[in-house]
Amino acid sequence: MSSIASTTGNAADQASQWTLMWWAFRRHRLAVLGLMIVGLLYFIAAFVELLAPYDPDLSNARAVNHPPQALHFIKKEKDGGWSFQPYVIGMTQKRDPITLATTFTPDPTKTVDVQFFGKGEPTKLWGIFPVERRLIAPKVLGERFYLIGADRLGRDMLSRVLYGTRISMSIGLLGVLMSLVLDIFLGGLSGSYGGWIDATVQRIVEFKLAMPTIPIWLGLSAALPQDWPPTWRYFAITIILSLIGWTELARVVRGRFLALRTEDFVIAARLDGCSQMRVIFRHMLPSMVSHIIASVSLAIPMMIIAETSLSFLGLGLLPPTISWGVLLKEAQNVRTIAEAPWLFSPGVAVCLAVLALNFLGDGLRDAADPYAQEGR
Amino acid sequence: MTAETPVIEVKNLVTEFATRRGPFRAVDNVSFKLMPGKTLCLVGESGSGKSVTARSILQIVDPPGRIMSGQILLNRHMTRRGRSETADTLDLAALNPRSSAIRAIRGRDIAMIFQEPMSSLSPVHTIGNQIGEAIRLHENVSKAEARARTIELLRKVEIPNADKTIDRYPFEYSGGMRQRAMIAMALACNPGVLIADEPTTALDVTTQAEILSLIKKLQDDEGMAVLFITHDMGVVAEIADEVAVMRFGKLVEHGDTISIFENPQHDYTKMLLGSVKQLDRPAPRRLARRAEHPPGNTLLDVEGLKKTFFIDSGSFFRKGDELHAVNNVTLTLRSGENLGIVGESGSGKSTLGRCIMRVYDISGGAIRYTDRDGMTSDLATLPDRSLMAARRDLRMVFQDPFASLNPRMTVAQLIGEPLLVNGVLSGKALNDRVAELLGLVGLPATAMERYPHAFSGGQRQRIGIARAIALEPRIIIADEATSALDVSLRSQVLDLLLELQERLDLSFIFISHDIAVIRYFCDRVAVMYKGRIVEEGPTEEVCSRPVHPYTQSLLSAVPHPDPRMRGTRVRTRYREQA
Repeated sequence: MSSIASTTGNAADQASQWTLMWWAFRRHRLAVLGLMIVGLLYFIAAFVELLAPYDPDLSNARAVNHPPQALHFIKKEKDGGWSFQPYVIGMTQKRDPITLATTFTPDPTKTVDVQFFGKGEPTKLWGIFPVERRLIAPKVLGERFYLIGADRLGRDMLSRVLYGTRISMSIGLLGVLMSLVLDIFLGGLSGSYGGWIDATVQRIVEFKLAMPTIPIWLGLSAALPQDWPPTWRYFAITIILSLIGWTELARVVRGRFLALRTEDFVIAARLDGCSQMRVIFRHMLPSMVSHIIASVSLAIPMMIIAETSLSFLGLGLLPPTISWGVLLKEAQNVRTIAEAPWLFSPGVAVCLAVLALNFLGDGLRDAADPYAQEGR
Repeated sequence: MTAETPVIEVKNLVTEFATRRGPFRAVDNVSFKLMPGKTLCLVGESGSGKSVTARSILQIVDPPGRIMSGQILLNRHMTRRGRSETADTLDLAALNPRSSAIRAIRGRDIAMIFQEPMSSLSPVHTIGNQIGEAIRLHENVSKAEARARTIELLRKVEIPNADKTIDRYPFEYSGGMRQRAMIAMALACNPGVLIADEPTTALDVTTQAEILSLIKKLQDDEGMAVLFITHDMGVVAEIADEVAVMRFGKLVEHGDTISIFENPQHDYTKMLLGSVKQLDRPAPRRLARRAEHPPGNTLLDVEGLKKTFFIDSGSFFRKGDELHAVNNVTLTLRSGENLGIVGESGSGKSTLGRCIMRVYDISGGAIRYTDRDGMTSDLATLPDRSLMAARRDLRMVFQDPFASLNPRMTVAQLIGEPLLVNGVLSGKALNDRVAELLGLVGLPATAMERYPHAFSGGQRQRIGIARAIALEPRIIIADEATSALDVSLRSQVLDLLLELQERLDLSFIFISHDIAVIRYFCDRVAVMYKGRIVEEGPTEEVCSRPVHPYTQSLLSAVPHPDPRMRGTRVRTRYREQA
């Protein structure tokens, strides 16, 4: 029934492909949820200094493997009155004199008042702007609370997971962006010229696909000098990940180019007198961007998983860098499972991020070609 | 049990599609009767709801479409197989689309054939298996019996060597053979009603004529009622006993064929027949213009043009085949002249057009183009870079108004693109020129900021034409420019092209499979067959006194929109001498 197009004004008439895509995407509820979670995660990654209550490296010998404390909102006074005052119930540490095992028991007499947008230890946003205010901070500077527990050095897990978000989410994005450049260049070359160039590029892709991924990861990362500063190592790992993961997208790009090359509107553009570059960038690429974005959003979780696995094995990022993989390395043994299961919280973050990105990617892929559905 | 009892009686049928903007009524209060042994043609342009009507009968409307009200009464006792004295009437509209009751009707009492035989046949099963399956679904027969019945059916639909071709796959069949196989499958259980949804639209005219006569013959043998859906008035004149005209989901006129053709009542029917009849003769406007301005010098001189495609054998070790898509074609085009190239699918006519535009690199021959300054250059040998100047003078209008406009650019960007990249205009001047061009092709300037999806097929084709004339070209190659359009739009677009020819001093190479369009629009015509030009001459002469046997068979197959001429012409089939 698409032939009934009216000449009267209609919102859809002037809707660009992005608007149409958004309309299609909106109908996909899980994908919208995914988009919100991904947006939240990247927001956290960008502004973690303002969100985390403590410095992630701030240790506390008296809070080794401190269990999580629940956040309460209404404080009851002794005289029976109440007020809105978020707080956590403090815990006292006891050491068994025989086994030397420490146990924490809640102590209702000790409370730590918590304040939203309160002042914390001064730090620097992105290492540049000095900031003091935090989304959540103890009312009295110097007091401690652990919403999802503390690790074996008494460092606040919440702060560490939040800081880990920055590295883990950005390594996925950066890695994919790096491989994207390679993909568009090689895939575009392959698809728009064809012939022996296409054959050569495709053989390289096949050769790359034939190589086992995990040994190469391991080999390349093991070859990185251990004494490199964390930033170098971060970029080196990103490059390794993107070198391994580029092939899929290159094929997508090539396929789209091949399909588009014989489309009437591309031939029309050539006959209009457009140069090869203009045909590619003005006429062909816009038809592909939506597909590329969809593929990218499906490739990011792969990168996140890869980074997490490498770091978990101790071959990726190393402390003091904080990523979800590095944090999970702490939870490698049985004792952790028994005594401090909250050390697995970075794993929850990984699952959440990967699931959200996959939902988002699925939704984007379905919405990617708003014109394909016109015939339905 | 009199002859007055219909096989199917559709009463006040309403089918709606749920859309975001509320329900869309695709079939609106439609009633008609199908008589045994008679053909009812449902005619209408695209979007008129004729296909949905047919699909409603079998309850196979695509979701979100739904029958809202009305009755579809199937008198099973009136079908040939179930013929009996006792009435056995069933309301199909009341059945659940997924019920076994409706499934038992489909294929057994009512069979349907579709426009695109390739997509209706499974590519991984042999033709024999698929037809055998259809038989065994409805009747309890052994595999061997089903096979014997299948061979018999294939013979009935005139497929040669039925006992061998039964084991072939659909891709080994030609388009016409596939449609025959589909008909064989439809006939597998001797249905009382055959619904044919544009069964010949995808076929060439010669094949179409054969399929039509086959359906007619089978109908006479079996006494089936046929509901034939088409947009082609020529086909209607050829086969219909009764005609029902649909528009916007409503039945606007209904009657027997002769009275509809000779005494149409509704304005829409008059308009439809008018535009068909208009196309059946040379455009008066063109003749008047030629009398004033006879064609001038030679603009384009194509000599011995060849294009060979290499088909990959699929094997690394074997050399692929060669396909001579255009084989030694020689043509001339004079200024102010319209040259038609007519041929069936696969004749190489589109490839020829694209070779002249140098979309493809050509394999041999010369394309000599004389430009405004009288300089002649051979486009065949020019490198891509030097073609820029020639491509400003030679422009192309494409067949598919949907695929040829980039959906991601606004109309202003689309039409302005050639002006922009050739450095002719930019900024405000470009905008003004685009508005002027839109005016030339009869579109409002407000169209500029819209995207192509906001326009109908005819409007899109106008946008394509505006893009073609933007650079003030001298020659326009129109490749099936009107084939995707409804017949009423076809003559409008052709008239627009003629008007532009007068205003802008254009010459056309018009590629089409449709003789009527060529006859209306072209001064000379070249008939292509298998990559060669078999006949060339002034259009009227070729159309009235064809010399080559292929041209004769092509012309004899064209259905005439005059029911009284039915059966008066002898159809010939061209077979190439080996």
